[in-house]
Amino acid sequence: MIELENLSVNLRTFRLESLSLRIAPGEFFMIVGPSGAGKTILLESIAGLRSLAGGRVSIRGLDVTPLPPERRNVALVYQEYALFPHMNVERNIRWGLRFAALPDDAHVHRLIDLLKLKPLLGRSPETLSGGEQQRVALARALAVKPSVLLLDEPLSALDPSFREDLRDYLAEINRGGMTLVMVSHDFGEVLSLGNRVAVISDGVLQQVGDVRSVFRAPANRSVAEFVGMKNLFPASIRGTDAVTEGGATLLLGKAAASGERLLGIRPEDVVIGAEHPGDSRNAFQGKVVSIVPRGMAFEVIMRTDGGMRITARVLSSALLSGGVAVGGEYWASFSPDSVHVL
Amino acid sequence: MERGDKAAASTCLLRARGGDATKGCIFLDYLSEGFLQGFSLIFSGNEEVWSAVAVTLKLSGLSMLVTLLFGIPAGFALGYFTFPGKSLLRLLVDTLLSIPTVVVGLFVYAFISNRGPLGQFELLFTIPGMAIGQTILALPIVLALTASAVESADSRLRFTLLTLGARGRRLLFSTLWEGRHQILLAAVTAYGRVTAEVGVSMMLGGNIKWHTRTVTTAITLETGKGEFSTGIALGVLLLCLSFVLNWAVSFLRRRGAA
Repeated sequence: MIELENLSVNLRTFRLESLSLRIAPGEFFMIVGPSGAGKTILLESIAGLRSLAGGRVSIRGLDVTPLPPERRNVALVYQEYALFPHMNVERNIRWGLRFAALPDDAHVHRLIDLLKLKPLLGRSPETLSGGEQQRVALARALAVKPSVLLLDEPLSALDPSFREDLRDYLAEINRGGMTLVMVSHDFGEVLSLGNRVAVISDGVLQQVGDVRSVFRAPANRSVAEFVGMKNLFPASIRGTDAVTEGGATLLLGKAAASGERLLGIRPEDVVIGAEHPGDSRNAFQGKVVSIVPRGMAFEVIMRTDGGMRITARVLSSALLSGGVAVGGEYWASFSPDSVHVL
Repeated sequence: MERGDKAAASTCLLRARGGDATKGCIFLDYLSEGFLQGFSLIFSGNEEVWSAVAVTLKLSGLSMLVTLLFGIPAGFALGYFTFPGKSLLRLLVDTLLSIPTVVVGLFVYAFISNRGPLGQFELLFTIPGMAIGQTILALPIVLALTASAVESADSRLRFTLLTLGARGRRLLFSTLWEGRHQILLAAVTAYGRVTAEVGVSMMLGGNIKWHTRTVTTAITLETGKGEFSTGIALGVLLLCLSFVLNWAVSFLRRRGAA
């Protein structure tokens, strides 16, 4: 569907380096990375809004690199809706149709129904909530029947309740067969919406893959940090044993190539308890140094006797019933399968 | 009644203190008398006053028409497109923003006087001749502010328009339309500059009664002659003109936003 081949963009202060990607038809593809990583530039390059320093963009098998944006049949929705303030909702939605050879009125009505915009048609954009404005922007983009919908952090500026609604709408649009490419900096959003994900940082593609596999097994430190893998330990590997710089020995689920590597353990995979877990493998005693609230969960940070700093993510209820407190001595344990070699 | 008699008849409370306070009283009386006579000149339909107003409206209308006709497209091009020498051109336009009116008057005079290259058109001491000078004053304002309005437009808006299929003229008009409030402001600022200037009108119009005498040149002349009240009448009319214009702009903006 979309194929990027060695795509390079050279802005004065930023470069997107030789990036290659393949997005399948009907896929909900996510592009993630920290702020300033080049996600929006990549999206704009697909849309033809940035001139390329090198490489090729193909959409539906057609090389669109030399084509201007209006001939690529892609639609772009930004985080800040960019609705026309002097037009009401209906005129905003129909704006792009004036350029269409055969405007499809039935399609517009379907979109209005799908995005529940009927009661808002006569209203001015400034009287709408953030979520409503974003739905109008979506309808306006889809009204021109694009083959790909590009979304630049469309949920970031919304209240949590509107965000949930819009996620459902996006999923619904995707189920209808539309290929969606969405930029986000929130991995939670990626997990709930995306099929596959590309992680970018500093203009370089770090990893592409199935959302869950990138989440569980990030390719390098940069991706690991981005997906929230907080326990990262440089270690020397020999077979299924990994010895950290502090001298602690961790057992791996399966043997890895020997050498100096980085180990990663997700904080959700770490169990904190007052008693020794029974299995002596990957169990470390230490003192809880801090407990940080993170929404419905807490992050318990522990420093082991061997000097390792282990972070565990614990549900609020589990933390309250377990009675974990700062300064107390506890055991942190995790299964060998939770130890990923990056 | 002579001015001194009126001052004596005044009820100014400061007078009892004597000395400087008495002088202050005379000034206040003089000012209030000027305002009273000024308003009476306006409402009695004094032909000289209204002729100056008519010339001002005709002149500013003509110069603004030419300014907006050339200034908005050129300002748009200056803000929208990238071309070699753009920053130098911006610098030149910005410099012309503060050009003294008498300097413009001097140069245009040289061009349209009998010995100048445009002498054959006999534009000196005519409203079109004055309009040339005022256009030169107003054009940099409209150019610079329109260019800034276009430059400050959100690039994402242009990108959105492009992906929705807009191109060419439609893209230009849509971008202009989104910056219309700033462009309107540019027009009002330029209008303020042309209606308030004296140098160009005096040098190129010659301040000829019934023909090229504008509100500002009339104020200068009448004040010089000691006809303070006529000056005030004209000043009040100029302020009213400015108020009506700004009210109209704010009304249009409110309507546009509604």
